[in-house]
Amino acid sequence: MEEKIIAAGFGGQGALSIGQFIAYSALEENLEVTWLPSYGPEMRGGTANCSVVVSDKPVASPIIATPDCLIAMNKPSLAKFVNDVKPGGLIIVNSSLIEDKVEREDVRVAYVDANAIALKAGNVRTANIVILGAYIKLSGLLPHDTVYNTIDKIFAKKPKVIPVNKQAFELGYAIEI
Amino acid sequence: MKKLMKGNEAIAEAAIRGGCRFFAGYPITPQNEIPEYLSWRLNEVGGAFVQAESEVAAINMVYGAAGAGARAMTSSSSPGISLKQEGISYICGAELPCVIVNIVRAGPGLGGIQPAQSDYFQTVKGGGHGDYHMLVLAPATVQEAVDLVYSAFDKADKYRLPVMILGDGMIGQMMEAVELPEMVDVNALAKKEWATDGTGVGENRRIVNSLYIQPDVLEEINHKLFAVYAEMKKNETAVEEYMCEDAEIVLTGYGTVARIAKSAVHMLRAKGIKAGLIRPITLYPFPDEAYARIAGNGICREMLCVELSMGQMIEDVKLSVNGKVPVEFYGRVGGNVMTAEDIVKKVMEGR
Repeated sequence: MEEKIIAAGFGGQGALSIGQFIAYSALEENLEVTWLPSYGPEMRGGTANCSVVVSDKPVASPIIATPDCLIAMNKPSLAKFVNDVKPGGLIIVNSSLIEDKVEREDVRVAYVDANAIALKAGNVRTANIVILGAYIKLSGLLPHDTVYNTIDKIFAKKPKVIPVNKQAFELGYAIEI
Repeated sequence: MKKLMKGNEAIAEAAIRGGCRFFAGYPITPQNEIPEYLSWRLNEVGGAFVQAESEVAAINMVYGAAGAGARAMTSSSSPGISLKQEGISYICGAELPCVIVNIVRAGPGLGGIQPAQSDYFQTVKGGGHGDYHMLVLAPATVQEAVDLVYSAFDKADKYRLPVMILGDGMIGQMMEAVELPEMVDVNALAKKEWATDGTGVGENRRIVNSLYIQPDVLEEINHKLFAVYAEMKKNETAVEEYMCEDAEIVLTGYGTVARIAKSAVHMLRAKGIKAGLIRPITLYPFPDEAYARIAGNGICREMLCVELSMGQMIEDVKLSVNGKVPVEFYGRVGGNVMTAEDIVKKVMEGR
């Protein structure tokens, strides 16, 4: 088993955090994982992305050419990576910011109105956790409870935000294609 | 228990656990998390952290701290390491131990902050003046970076020379699960009989020096240093040989690039091409014996050296292979990183 994920968006949208949640949760499941961020001048005001590889064997290359899943939080990210996704792979589109439809027929696509759902959860800043929930549901990569419990650990120093993030995760997890 | 850590932070924590109690450095991307981490962490263990006024000052502070017997470290990235070269040569001449981390960025000049391996020559062939070498270690994973940094202080003390950790922005910025080693008890370490720590006066005073005016004396020092390097070659040479037994095409690369090459080996094998990988873990001493043996095993027909440079390590590969098989090259530069697919394509071109 090896799952390769690219999560991308504007700096501040939490795309890198989505990758870290997946990485932390994978570690909880005793899987091997690499989390590699894009870094450099393009992060300020531009797009940021991270490559996450989860495997039951030691990860060789942390660089991803053909992701199994693309999480696109903004339009430039979708445009940049849409054609790289493996046939049969998964694309999660943040439809709050992206009006375009994916023109490929050979991939599964979920359009998630992450901002609206995050508002429903109680805080628009949890939009990335909504997307995380959708990814965990649609990929089946990791058990729901493992990721759900990771929220406690990541926000251990900010316990006030735990309930709203858990709510956002649940609403995301309810999404179907 | 395993912990998810960013490479730079894991390197910093491994240094603390390996006994580092002095750090001086000057900020530069992509290694800033190392000094950032040590700025608070060294304080917790009774060590000293200095943000120096320049890289030149930082390496000379390490020179001083090492001379006084402390386990000392500095870190930087390519242009900063260039500035440290004079100090590194002095430290080698004075036979002092220290650890230097280079999280390489693309060059020449100020270059860019993205991953590169274009400091191989500088690191392995001696970027400073004079006949000297360092022990040069090239980790491929965050765990390996932890293990190599942790033991680097012991090795530096043993051979009384700088140990250079040669990484790149990928290993510095990447997060992976690591198992951290036990904290070394610095008070239980062997006393350094040569350290200028205030012990000895008058006739018995200790001197740290790299100036030898008499040619015969300096020649002897040079021979002494090279006897140490020979000993180090016997004891410390480290290499990973991966699926080389039946490999007709052997890829070679170091650090993170070797991981990408390893993925390429898997993809080539899936196509029915018998591929393998040689990954030097020590770049100096270079594992020439492994290359010579595999090149001469009658099965290997070709090697492909993969680097994030215009071709630097390939020179040592060719020296080691000594014409037994052709050695081809594939590199990306400027901060661009090849994918495993790129390497596979390069291999397939020749078929």
